[in-house]
Amino acid sequence: MSQRQVLQVFEQYQKARTHFVQMVAELATRPQNIETLQNAGVMSLLRPLLLDVVPTIQQTAALALGRLANYNDDLAEAVVKGDILPQLVYSLAEQNRFYKKAAAFVLRAVGKHSPQLAQAIVDCGALDTLVICLEDFDPGVKEAAAWALGYIARHNAELSQAVVDAGAVPLLVLCIQEPEVALKRIAASALSDISKHSPELAQTVVDAGAIAHLAQMILNPDAKLKRQILSALSQIAKHSVDLAEMVVEAEIFPVVLTCLKDKDEYVKKNASTLIREIAKHTPELSQLIVNAGGAAAVIDCIGSCKGNIRLPGIMMLGYVAAHSENLAMAVIISKGVPQLSLCLSEEPEDHIKAAAAWALGQIGRHTPEHARAVAVTNTLPVLLSLYMSTESSEDLQVKSKKAIKSILQKCTYLPALEPFLYDAPPNILKHVVGQFSKVLPHDSKARRLFVTSGGLKKVQEIKAEPGSLLQEYINSINNCYPEEIVRYYSPGYSETLLQRVDSYQPLAN
Amino acid sequence: MIGTFSYAKFLKFLYSVAEAERGWEKSGVNGKLTAPLDWLYGLVRLPGRRIVTPVVNQMREAMATLARLQARSKAVGQQYYFRNSVVDVFRKKENDAAVKIQSWFRGCRVRAYIRHLHRAAIIVQKWWRSYLSRQHYQLVVKLAYYTMKMNLYNEMAVRIQRRWRGYKIRKYCFDYFYLKEYLRAVTETNDAIRDALEEFAEMKEREEKKAALEREEKKRDYQARKMHYLLSTKQIPGIYNSPFRKDPDPWELRLQKAKPLTHQRPRVKQKHSISLTSWLACTSNRSFPRSEILPPINRKQCQGPFRDIAEVLEQRYKPLEPTLREAEPINELKEAREDLRRQEWIRNVNDNMFLPFSSYHKNEKYVPSMHSSSKYGPNSYGCQRFRDENPKKWICPKDFQTVLPSFDLFSKYGKLYSKAGQIV
Repeated sequence: MSQRQVLQVFEQYQKARTHFVQMVAELATRPQNIETLQNAGVMSLLRPLLLDVVPTIQQTAALALGRLANYNDDLAEAVVKGDILPQLVYSLAEQNRFYKKAAAFVLRAVGKHSPQLAQAIVDCGALDTLVICLEDFDPGVKEAAAWALGYIARHNAELSQAVVDAGAVPLLVLCIQEPEVALKRIAASALSDISKHSPELAQTVVDAGAIAHLAQMILNPDAKLKRQILSALSQIAKHSVDLAEMVVEAEIFPVVLTCLKDKDEYVKKNASTLIREIAKHTPELSQLIVNAGGAAAVIDCIGSCKGNIRLPGIMMLGYVAAHSENLAMAVIISKGVPQLSLCLSEEPEDHIKAAAAWALGQIGRHTPEHARAVAVTNTLPVLLSLYMSTESSEDLQVKSKKAIKSILQKCTYLPALEPFLYDAPPNILKHVVGQFSKVLPHDSKARRLFVTSGGLKKVQEIKAEPGSLLQEYINSINNCYPEEIVRYYSPGYSETLLQRVDSYQPLAN
Repeated sequence: MIGTFSYAKFLKFLYSVAEAERGWEKSGVNGKLTAPLDWLYGLVRLPGRRIVTPVVNQMREAMATLARLQARSKAVGQQYYFRNSVVDVFRKKENDAAVKIQSWFRGCRVRAYIRHLHRAAIIVQKWWRSYLSRQHYQLVVKLAYYTMKMNLYNEMAVRIQRRWRGYKIRKYCFDYFYLKEYLRAVTETNDAIRDALEEFAEMKEREEKKAALEREEKKRDYQARKMHYLLSTKQIPGIYNSPFRKDPDPWELRLQKAKPLTHQRPRVKQKHSISLTSWLACTSNRSFPRSEILPPINRKQCQGPFRDIAEVLEQRYKPLEPTLREAEPINELKEAREDLRRQEWIRNVNDNMFLPFSSYHKNEKYVPSMHSSSKYGPNSYGCQRFRDENPKKWICPKDFQTVLPSFDLFSKYGKLYSKAGQIV
């Protein structure tokens, strides 16, 4: 045996290992193969290969593991149970950048499934090494590490706190400033995941100076980056007034309004979410948004899209209108009401309808002027039909009832109220009749119109319990008219007249 | 007074009755002796009336008489019986009459008394009530005055408050004109924002369209290059240049402009890197090493007046041979100094050495050097240059630097690739 032949054996072995690992990695890309691979015991075979002497085989083994773990949480759990994580974490700090990337990929794939798995990763001490990877020179490694950190932080506040405690936030903020768009995107997403859980976490992100950098990138042409940026800003702003003010102070208005015209649907959605999260806190912030023309932009945005993308915009209008009557008036003059009633009638999903109904109620509840603006768009019958419909969900029914009530209690626009006399249930009829009883004593034209349109007749037909509020209202309406008229329109009056005819004895001469 | 008067009269009557009885006793009528005594007492003891002493004395006399009569009771008993039987006929009538008289009398007396009491009470009550009601009236008047005053004050206060509140609210809270102005401003901003956003969207759209057009154009260009063989020649018209048409197809023109696509050399396949680069986004093309294409090893000698391949490759991959001038620069010292300075700057060592105190040099005496202390003056050898002869023509005061050019001929002799200069 010559030396060459001895070496050939080794070479063959190495080739076979390489081939095996590569094939497994390739097979793991297809979901239909995963089951077979799992049954064939791929986990136990890949584990020793992670410690192989050849770096390429190590990397590819890690890659294959990552793909398997990415597939479902059973496999991810198998990775955790197989004690692979400590090995990965150890080598994450030691090896070259390719291996780092692959290892971070495995961690990400494991951690994304459930909080328990993410906790297992944290328990292995992966966070510190991942944070060190964030300082790596290679953007690919940074990206992978940021991604893994984001997936860990996504689950709950404790895990996010662990990520923050590992010192990831300042490095993530540095990653946002890198030139690579992909890295920026993932760092922004990780920041968003960290700050979404609690005000304290959001405050740490803000303290690291993230807002200024995030706000700068709103005009970036990359749509996916914009999505993440806007999401991160809204997650920061949603917690408290102070944080929202910090976001506003980064001068995101009116720049962020351009995102509402974006081609990408999710950019639109996230931008309106951001505006909503800012607007919901105080009247001052809402006013600022309205003054910047935000209401008009959001209304246009609602008009230009469909479905769930609309929802944050609708809610934003509701929040703004709820704060004060001036803001509600501003929403009205920005032509918000027709758009909302359009949403109410054309959206197929109940929760969006419910949001639109709520927003309309918030707009119309302030003064008769507001209620009139809502009523002239013919929204009230739609709301009523939603309330009466058996198909609509409970939430929608409650919301539309509340909206109807709050609008009706202010509405003095009688033509819109009149149809309600005929087809409203008693609990709503009460308010309608109440409005009539308030308006009619002071308005002679309306009194006349009320009689000619048959409203008085209808009022006489209403069955009200004596002593109830409804009866009081009816009485006060009746007091506006001469008694003959009231009697004339009372049901059964013609019979009484006929009876009188029957019982009358003409004078016989 | 009336009572006492009538009472005396009544007593006279009583005596007369007693006299009559005495007469009856003398006549010896028998009977119950206690009855007239009781009767007498009963008369005397009227309610609330003291028994007058003379009356009592008279009564005692009467009682004494009675005792005397009792002593003679037997005869009196018989007489009494007799007389009673005579009197019985009238007794009832008399008794009734007496009762009537007494009741009348007593009624009169009591009524008179009550009337008297009433009058007194009325007087007392009249005064008391008048006092009370006067007091009450005072109070009522005071209260009414107070109420009236307060009502007036309240009314006036309401008037003032109404004005002031209305003014304040209109001025500061619900300023209608301000609100109108604000809403107008909001509308304007909205319009402006809408326009701006519209413009922005349009701009984006245009850019997008332009990019799409460019892409399309590129694609078509590529297609034209690929189909360049369909170009018509002088002999054969191409398929886009139909002789039956008046103008050739636009594609014909495009084909004319396009450069035909050359055959691409088949690329060297990278077996491993393909599978590695195709994995998820955490790995990307840029971070994996590409296999570098090394020069092919056993290439055949090309046909023609070419040099030996090894010689060519050697020339191509030969290391850098700097010229003497580069290798040994004339200002080596200066550069070295500069380099040292830079090194020190990097190491951040303090440039300023510790200097001795300023008084250190004070007592030192200046010792002139040998050259300057010579009495013949400094010699000019080696200091004078040809430039010093005419200092008026100097452009700048600095001396020229001496530069020694290197001779390529010597440094590169025999090493040149080109054989042009070689002497055969």
